[in-house]
Amino acid sequence: MNDFFTLFNVELLHSTIRLSTPITLAAVGATICERAGIVNIAMEGLMLIGAFTAVFFAYITGNPWIGLLAAVIAGGIFSLLHAYATITLHLDHVVSGAVLNILALGLTNYLLILAFGHPGTSEPVPVSLAEYQFAVPFLSQIPVIGPVFFNQRPIVYMSFLLIIFFTLFLYRTKTGLHVRASGEHPLAMETIGVSVYRIRYLAVIISGLTSGLAGAFLSIENSNVFTSGMTGGRGFIALAANISGGWSAVGSFLASLFFGFAEAFQYKMQAARLLDLPSELFVMFPYIATVIAVAGLVRKSRPPKAVGLDFRIEKQAD
Amino acid sequence: MEREKRKDGICLRMENISKQFPKVLANENISIYLKRGEILALLGENGAGKSTLMNILYGLYRPTCGQIYINNHEATLLSPKDAISLGLGMVHQHFMLIENLTVTENIVLGMEPGSWGFIDFKKARKIVKELSEQYHLFVDPDAKIEGLSVGQQQRVEILKALYRKATILILDEPTAVLTPQEVDGLFVVMRSLQERKVSIIIITHKLEEVKAISGRVYILRRGKLAGERVTKDISKAELAHLMVGRDVVLTLNKENRITEKKPGFTLQNLFVKNDNGVTALNNLSLEVCPGEIVGIAGVAGNGQKELEEVLIGIRRIEKGNILLTGKNISRYGVKKRIQSGLSYVPSDRYRYGLFLSMKVSENILASSLDRKPYVNGINLRLRVINRRSEELVTMYGIKTPSVHEPVSNLSGGNQQKVILAREFSREPVVLVVSQPTRGLDVGAIEFIHSEILKMRDRDTAVLLISMELEEIFALSDRILVLYEGSIVKEFDPGKTSHKEVGYYMTGGGER
Ligand SMILES: Nc1ncnc2c1ncn2[C@@H]1O[C@H](COP(=O)(O)OP(=O)(O)O)[C@@H](O)[C@H]1O
Ligand SMILES: [Mg+2]
Repeated sequence: MNDFFTLFNVELLHSTIRLSTPITLAAVGATICERAGIVNIAMEGLMLIGAFTAVFFAYITGNPWIGLLAAVIAGGIFSLLHAYATITLHLDHVVSGAVLNILALGLTNYLLILAFGHPGTSEPVPVSLAEYQFAVPFLSQIPVIGPVFFNQRPIVYMSFLLIIFFTLFLYRTKTGLHVRASGEHPLAMETIGVSVYRIRYLAVIISGLTSGLAGAFLSIENSNVFTSGMTGGRGFIALAANISGGWSAVGSFLASLFFGFAEAFQYKMQAARLLDLPSELFVMFPYIATVIAVAGLVRKSRPPKAVGLDFRIEKQAD
Repeated sequence: MEREKRKDGICLRMENISKQFPKVLANENISIYLKRGEILALLGENGAGKSTLMNILYGLYRPTCGQIYINNHEATLLSPKDAISLGLGMVHQHFMLIENLTVTENIVLGMEPGSWGFIDFKKARKIVKELSEQYHLFVDPDAKIEGLSVGQQQRVEILKALYRKATILILDEPTAVLTPQEVDGLFVVMRSLQERKVSIIIITHKLEEVKAISGRVYILRRGKLAGERVTKDISKAELAHLMVGRDVVLTLNKENRITEKKPGFTLQNLFVKNDNGVTALNNLSLEVCPGEIVGIAGVAGNGQKELEEVLIGIRRIEKGNILLTGKNISRYGVKKRIQSGLSYVPSDRYRYGLFLSMKVSENILASSLDRKPYVNGINLRLRVINRRSEELVTMYGIKTPSVHEPVSNLSGGNQQKVILAREFSREPVVLVVSQPTRGLDVGAIEFIHSEILKMRDRDTAVLLISMELEEIFALSDRILVLYEGSIVKEFDPGKTSHKEVGYYMTGGGER
């Protein structure tokens, strides 16, 4: 039993933060997107595109920062498909998202073979972002909090900054207010001369950028290769984090920490071999956590009123 | 010529405007003008094309053809943005407010003060406060919209237009949701805006309001202009004739024929919660006798929705009983209630009343399709169903190409008649009718009212829930006022006035 408690140490918390990062990034993107009224279930695919692009560019240039930048841009471009389908073509949001997920899986598998000559896994990148792990002066000296939060790798720090940025964006800026209003009552926005289409395009692209970054984390920060389907459902977990976080940036972050913890704990339990249980059982942890969180928390928060609804000014007759 | 027009003070002209929607020609060759500082009424039945015309003016819809001149310059209104910059403001029929934002946020939305993309909330609040004092339109700048009454929300809408420096204000059916007292308040505001040289177009389908507030009136009928008059030169009857295209009976012929009180429908000390778990019906008791229409008057949001749902059987009763001819049906589900003799016409006919994509015949017999003679084992007897549906369609004068038409293709009035046919033909003991004529034209309203009276004359106990005081007064044998989930007052419609009932509807009885 004593062994069990030794599991709960600073290291566990450190990996909680680390492992929650991709979920946080995708979730906060989903928050912006859904706040503007567009349901986005394509984060899984967006992350995959980001992960592959990051490895590809980091591999050919030898510079992981270029990989990172390319991943973000690729995520943004791929998300345009979702924006075009749902906003301009008025397709169903879930259908479009599902199609993009499948497309992204196929596309990355294909490009993987094209670029590296074999399926499954890419060549490792020469330099990964893991090598840029650094401790923030002063802040990392704080007991517990210091080593947990402030001795991390670059994308983890970026996710902290983005949470603050998007919270300010949503609640303090004009565009943020327009995003929130567009997801509640788009027609009202049009009647005061604000283009809902523009706002929604912006919001979808934001979710593409953050998901792309999340993908880069998976492939060139937390690892150094791209593996086929390496997102492993994190895009969907991010969706759940956004929902159970009550469609807010900070809420998404906290919910993602919960999922990150489930994953970190799972690795620990596997490694510790405390209980003589098959490891598959532990692998289920994050997914079970998702089910519990969504089932338990979702009912308390209210989704944006117009989320998922098609919007046109001159509707067909009702 | 130009010079002359300006002297006339014409600030707006719409010329030969037509608007073709996929299925309807909503506006046909309409020309109107507006003088600076006048209050102009746009009168017409539901579906006449009033909102469409004004949405074109506001840049929300594009006209199929026609021109618009504002201050004698041709205006191309590609979006409301253009309209706003030319001094137009519009308060829509359904408010364009974001419920979970504050009054201040809603008013400044799209034109927020501040720099670097950030909103200066302090400044915004100050602007809103000053504006509301300047125009005597008092609202709490920090309140969330969802907590405001409709009257207050309307004030926010007007402030929103004024903040954008509107000199031409369009009000689309502004009185539809207001109590008589609030209507008076609105008229005061309109006159004071008029003094400040704001020109106003008010859309309405109520004749009294045209007479009370406007200087001039355009009458629209089925998308066409049916006339233009100076208000003081035309009588209500003439207005009604122009609006409907025939003479209309403005008052119904009804007499109270209830002699002895027998138990019909009784609600005993009902307690019910709303979706948020807050008490919505608070110790509500009432009784409706056979052959009697009891009207529930009240401002929207005082428990009407919950009352309707709890009677249908789709909302849980916390405490209390519902008795139908003495039998306790509180624990019954929807089906058993229907079998016990309850019929209902729901206020939201699209959500609860109809299967929109299904046939007229399937809708009109929906609640009987599990029963003989319409089924045989697991087989639907289509021939019997079609024959009976055709009978009902004829009986209720439903305009449809055939009984196989999807209900969604029918007009609003005919859809409502489908519901009536289904519910009334079951020969119910108790009939709950909620908002039966919302959004319908005069013809359909007349028909529905007379059918409801016929049900009463067949000794059905009728409970009428309506936000329209006109309707309550026209039909009810007794009026009960619902306020914050309780019945606060009972009236005899012959011995009271709209004003008095309106007073109790807004909680006046408590003061
Ligand atoms: N956005 C729309 N798309 C299609 N048809 C519409 C639309 N808006 C209104 N209509 C149709 O145009 C006609 C006029 O409607 P409307 O202008 O709303 O009437 P009113 O305001 O006088 O009640 C109706 O038949 C209505 O069904
Ligand atoms: Mg209208």
